[in-house]
Amino acid sequence: MANSKAVVRAGISSQIKSNFISYLFMLPILVFFLGFVILPMVMGVFTSFTNSNMGGSEFVGFSNYIQLFQDKNFLKSSVNTIIIVIVSVPTVAFFSLWVGSAIYKLKPAICSFFRCVFYLPVVTGSVAVVVVWKWMFDVYNGLFNHGLNAIGVQSVNWLGDSKTALLCIILILFTTSIGQPIVLYVSALGNVDQSLVEAAEVDGATKLQTFWRIKYPAIMPTTLYVMVITTINSFQCFALIQLLTSGGPNYATSTVMYLLYETAFKRYQYGYADAMGVVLAIVIAIFSAIQFKVMNGGTAE
Amino acid sequence: MKLQKTNFYRILSLVVLVVIALLFLFPLYWIVTGSVKEKGDILIKAGESVKWIPSTISWGNFGRLFSATEPLFKVKLPIPFTESIVTLTGPIVPRAVRWLYNSVFISLAAMFFTCLTASLAGYALAKKQFVGRAFFFSLIVCAMALPKQVILIPLLTVMKNLNLVESPWAVIFPVVGWPFGVFLMKQFSESIPTSLIEAARIDGAGEFRTFANVAFPIIKPGFGALAIFTFINAWNEYPLQLVMLHEPQAKTIALGIAGLQTEMSNDYGLIMAGAALAAVPIIVIFVMFQKYFTQGITMGAVKG
Repeated sequence: MANSKAVVRAGISSQIKSNFISYLFMLPILVFFLGFVILPMVMGVFTSFTNSNMGGSEFVGFSNYIQLFQDKNFLKSSVNTIIIVIVSVPTVAFFSLWVGSAIYKLKPAICSFFRCVFYLPVVTGSVAVVVVWKWMFDVYNGLFNHGLNAIGVQSVNWLGDSKTALLCIILILFTTSIGQPIVLYVSALGNVDQSLVEAAEVDGATKLQTFWRIKYPAIMPTTLYVMVITTINSFQCFALIQLLTSGGPNYATSTVMYLLYETAFKRYQYGYADAMGVVLAIVIAIFSAIQFKVMNGGTAE
Repeated sequence: MKLQKTNFYRILSLVVLVVIALLFLFPLYWIVTGSVKEKGDILIKAGESVKWIPSTISWGNFGRLFSATEPLFKVKLPIPFTESIVTLTGPIVPRAVRWLYNSVFISLAAMFFTCLTASLAGYALAKKQFVGRAFFFSLIVCAMALPKQVILIPLLTVMKNLNLVESPWAVIFPVVGWPFGVFLMKQFSESIPTSLIEAARIDGAGEFRTFANVAFPIIKPGFGALAIFTFINAWNEYPLQLVMLHEPQAKTIALGIAGLQTEMSNDYGLIMAGAALAAVPIIVIFVMFQKYFTQGITMGAVKG
């Protein structure tokens, strides 16, 4: 009896010790995570209920949120954001799938070369990419207008015309978005079970049939992952817009993310901007949740 | 007949691919040539053709880029047991080089601290039982779904209170805190056989030694993937850098070029020189280590 009590006591104390060590392992990341992610998140939500600005801050309840949905610029930015996402995600997914399937069977060196080239804009980084495109789109000194003039077409104000500006953004975003999906597709296609493919070919399936019936379902997890990261990327597109057009002309290329930045750091309306941030966060969370559900449903089959 | 059709389609695909690949390489070519072009080559006069190849190689753009100078670093170290503070100042270098140094410093520090903290926490979450384990893990997963931009403004307030604005640590700390790293390392740590851990414990190894000798060798690939991810993330973390770093010597290379673009928007030669400085070194590193890059990206996706 005395023995078992001692054993229990020893058991509890070793459990406490084990707990303590676990907390020690967790402590470093928790300091950073709680301090620099969770805390600002909570602060942001609180501030969104105030009219915090340079002068001070006072509680205003939901009025920021109500104002948001009546704000022309916010609504325009939301529409732009949705356009960018809806156009980018399928085009990026299809194009990178096509490129991946075209290069994965080539000699490794050639495949690597193509993979490298398409990943270059990602590595180069947003700013370097943007400044060179900005030069190419320049009305007077840009390459594109010069090419147009050479064949007798008038110069286009690529970045200053609301009709073309958003297209330019989508184009540049496209070039920086396909790198990672191509890498993933090349790897996923390489891992497809060859025996299934051979069996299909023996059964007389054409290349196209083999692709859609066998390979495509096999890489479904990759496809869904690609769609999720491209969606998040498109929602968060910021440096491109800020440097290329500053959201102009007249908010034609402004996204919610850009408007948030402008509201907070050019107009110093911190409370209003935080409300925008909360709305953006909720939308992205819903989008991600939907895609997550689809992903889990899909792979189960 | 079928073979001919397949071959034709294959050749067509390749041709299209090569054309698109050249289009992707072109901006890089334009940056590099633009950085060594003289003003005359850059401005397109009506009726003249574009100068695809610079007529002369001129280093004037780089000269202008490197004209402003800063000390490479300036670190204040308090000396223990005394009241005094020692200021270590690095050699004077061009400001653009200082920008590059800032970017490298931030990315390396973020990479180092993230790997350290995430691997410890990932191991604990995967292999150890403790009170609150499920709670913290759910918190981490939920936080991953939310976008970084939401916390940008409050982060500035936090950093102001910590007196870290204009310091590289203002960018490093939030990157380290980002939950994706812990999530990734937890996934990798799951594959450590519990029997090995038990064996180590029976042999009398302490917790940290078990981690170092048993866990770490197994999660090394995950470690590598996380290191690369974090380096690239920190390097490209533009919004955070924009908000936290304003003074000329504090900027990262991305911020610096962006600043040149805003201030001297017509001096394309200067801007291209800056873009070349920002792009070429990292591209060289990428090409050299691309095997590890692609491995890291693929592994990160599979486990994530």
